[in-house]
Amino acid sequence: MTGLRVLAVSELAWYLQQLFRLTPALSDLWVRGEVADLRRSPAGHCYFSLRDEEAQVKCVLFRSAAFRLAALPQAGRTLVVHGSLDFYAAGGLCELRVDLVSPEGVGLQRLQLEALKLKLEQEGLFAVERKRPLPAFPRRIGVVASEGGAVIHDILTVLRRRYPLVEVVFAPSAVQGERAPDELVAALRRLGRFEREGRGVDLVILARGGGSEDDLAAFNDERVARAVYACQVPVLSAIGHETDYTLADLVADLRAPTPSAAAELATPDRAALGRDVRRLADDAADALRAHLASLHQEVAQSSQRLLLRSPEVLVQGHRAEVRACLARAEQRVLLHLREARYKLEARRLQLLTLDPVGTLERGYAICYNQAGNVVTSPAQVAPGQALRVQVSRGQVLGRVTETQEW
Amino acid sequence: MELDMERPREADESFEEIYRQLEQVVAGLEQGGLSLEEALARFEQGTHLAERCFWLLDQAELRVTRLLADEHLADEAESEP
Repeated sequence: MTGLRVLAVSELAWYLQQLFRLTPALSDLWVRGEVADLRRSPAGHCYFSLRDEEAQVKCVLFRSAAFRLAALPQAGRTLVVHGSLDFYAAGGLCELRVDLVSPEGVGLQRLQLEALKLKLEQEGLFAVERKRPLPAFPRRIGVVASEGGAVIHDILTVLRRRYPLVEVVFAPSAVQGERAPDELVAALRRLGRFEREGRGVDLVILARGGGSEDDLAAFNDERVARAVYACQVPVLSAIGHETDYTLADLVADLRAPTPSAAAELATPDRAALGRDVRRLADDAADALRAHLASLHQEVAQSSQRLLLRSPEVLVQGHRAEVRACLARAEQRVLLHLREARYKLEARRLQLLTLDPVGTLERGYAICYNQAGNVVTSPAQVAPGQALRVQVSRGQVLGRVTETQEW
Repeated sequence: MELDMERPREADESFEEIYRQLEQVVAGLEQGGLSLEEALARFEQGTHLAERCFWLLDQAELRVTRLLADEHLADEAESEP
């Protein structure tokens, strides 16, 4: 019994799943058949069978895929669907997971393109996060376009007028016909590898004029789309008319409506740059002028401060002080004089009260004896002796008749 | 900064570099804080850069190189062992 390997059911299911998923032919299938047993789940998924006279295949159209479709499958209709085969382990059945549905007879080519678009989108070739910005001042622009004709001429004309500082590296390529995809891929690679003076191209313009859907087929080629994706520098596409969107456009970092517009988007405008430079030069002059003006003001302020400390101003200050001093001294002197005058007057009044003449006026008298001495005692005179009495307005002469002593 | 000023301007210097330098010089002047000598030197440098910008814009002539498939094949043959 050794060596016998018994599988669990889930192991077998897992194995089948891997088998289906890893077989390329089963993961990219186109199947035609009539719709039967159509049923929609509450979650929005679509379940149905595709059958012909001899066989039937279970199909599931998940809500996420159904969401993209213009029309859902209808019972009884014959359809062409695209999808991948998978093993549904829980249900124990193998089913076709459908992502595209088309009524029979609608261009298969278009459907194929849709399927390819879906695949590349899922791989992230169109991802917005992957879109790279174009350089503001490209120095070298690679151009992939048809050898002769209006497209390269238009691009060069615009660049010559707008930004002739740039250098163009032109990689001519067939843009339609059988060889076109290979040539386009080769041209893109050639530009990617180009190097001169240590520098490559800064961006690539991939351009083609308008044409029928078939004319633009090369730009819907998977190889071209992948070559655009692989380009190391940003790719600017301008393919067909504004309304055409090829896969190369979807992969490109930026899409221009026309080749001339691509040349404009890729470069700054010489005239506008000239104006910018003029403005910068003016700004520089303004800044210098402002700088000089502020220095001027600083000097003015400094000299003002200096002036305040000049000797002349100091002397003026001293002079004022002296004047103030003198004024104060003068005041003081005047005050003294007035005081002195008051004192003098007081003294005069005092003297006035002591003057004997004044006393005589109040009625007092002075008595002199014969010897002419002022008599203050009766002993100084004797009866019979002459007396002279001085009064205020003259004198009286007489004789002593009697003396009495107290 | 002095070194930068004295460096001779190469003819192959790109418009972008000169334009960026001009922007920097003007920004430095506008920011202030420079001595008078520095400011004058910067202004002179800015004027010179602006003239070079104008010259490049006026004198430039579009150069076109054609990259043909044959050269590409030759290159590829060389690079492959």
